[in-house]
Amino acid sequence: MTLDKVKQILVDYNGCDASEITKETTFEALGLDSLDTVELIMSFEEEFGITIDMSEGMKTIGDIVDIIDNAKK
Amino acid sequence: MNFSILGTGSALPVCIKTNDDLSKIVDTNDEWISTRTGIKERRICGEEPLSDIASVAASNALENAGINAADLDLIICATISGDYITPSLACIIQSKIKATCPAFDVSAACTGFIYALDVAAGYFARGKFKKILIVAADAMSKLIDWKDRATCVLFGDAAGAVVLTAGDDLLSIKLTATGDATALSAPNVTGNCPFGQIPQTQPYLSMNGQEIYKFAVSAMCNDITDVVNEAGLTKDQIDYVLPHQANIRIIEAAQKRLKMAKDKYLTNIKSYGNTSAVSIPLLLDDANRSGKFKKGDLLALSAFGAGLTTGACVIRWNK
Repeated sequence: MTLDKVKQILVDYNGCDASEITKETTFEALGLDSLDTVELIMSFEEEFGITIDMSEGMKTIGDIVDIIDNAKK
Repeated sequence: MNFSILGTGSALPVCIKTNDDLSKIVDTNDEWISTRTGIKERRICGEEPLSDIASVAASNALENAGINAADLDLIICATISGDYITPSLACIIQSKIKATCPAFDVSAACTGFIYALDVAAGYFARGKFKKILIVAADAMSKLIDWKDRATCVLFGDAAGAVVLTAGDDLLSIKLTATGDATALSAPNVTGNCPFGQIPQTQPYLSMNGQEIYKFAVSAMCNDITDVVNEAGLTKDQIDYVLPHQANIRIIEAAQKRLKMAKDKYLTNIKSYGNTSAVSIPLLLDDANRSGKFKKGDLLALSAFGAGLTTGACVIRWNK
């Protein structure tokens, strides 16, 4: 499931607690700034074999999960 | 036949501006700039033209190489911000250091130094020239919008130079270009042509920071891997990585992905900011003069910038 993989990449990136991450969690709430977001997007692209347009608005974990699921279709 | 590095030099403008100084000009602060870029202060060409520091860097490199300006066969200058559109900055440097050889500029933004190294390697391959001076010099302070807090805090001005002699210490080199003026650009002067029909753009550098970050991390990882392989080496055999200093976070991200020890990566962004084409020759000169390099050390240089251009090479230190 996409959300679980996304959570795992977030945990690997900055050691946050996976049990506290929901689709509503924002990158900001995880202490991640705009450059962290870019680096994570690069990891998501590698993990899921997709290309993510940086101009798409991404604020929450749910936003990124939706973008990944749409890109995989 | 390509080249060996015979000497290095660098020079900095006298004006130093800290993050606190900039917080008085635009809405920013030291904590924001430090954590997102790794920059604490930068030098600004406020009291001297860029050609002055470029010429001092050139003279320092000649002295370090133990040769005279009259011995030079060619001067190549990597710059996008010379004193004039024409004459080239290379010609102004030629005059100031009292050389008599041909001189021209190469325009490849932050990748300019690597592009210039490849041009020089071509001249050495022809066997015609024995000594080439490469000067990288940029005053990005002239191109940025000092009301834009997203870009004006990033850059600094400086000059760096190397003297090359015929040799075989360039083990591999790679250049790329992907034409794109939307992610990062600085418009040229527009003049006052009465027949101009094209709307005039603001004459300042503009950058999509997130796009460039992504491009930069990928470029460094791909290019360093490629030039290390092309040189017939493994990443473990590289003694030092000299990455373009655009943002400490880019360097750290690439370092993690390349899985090379952090202490192999040389940095100077804290004191100088992003000095465009100068960042790598500035690292080279600091390391040379502090005695960091041993003869035979293998150096991986990697740069990326507007164009979009990228370049990387492996050089054996032979001094």
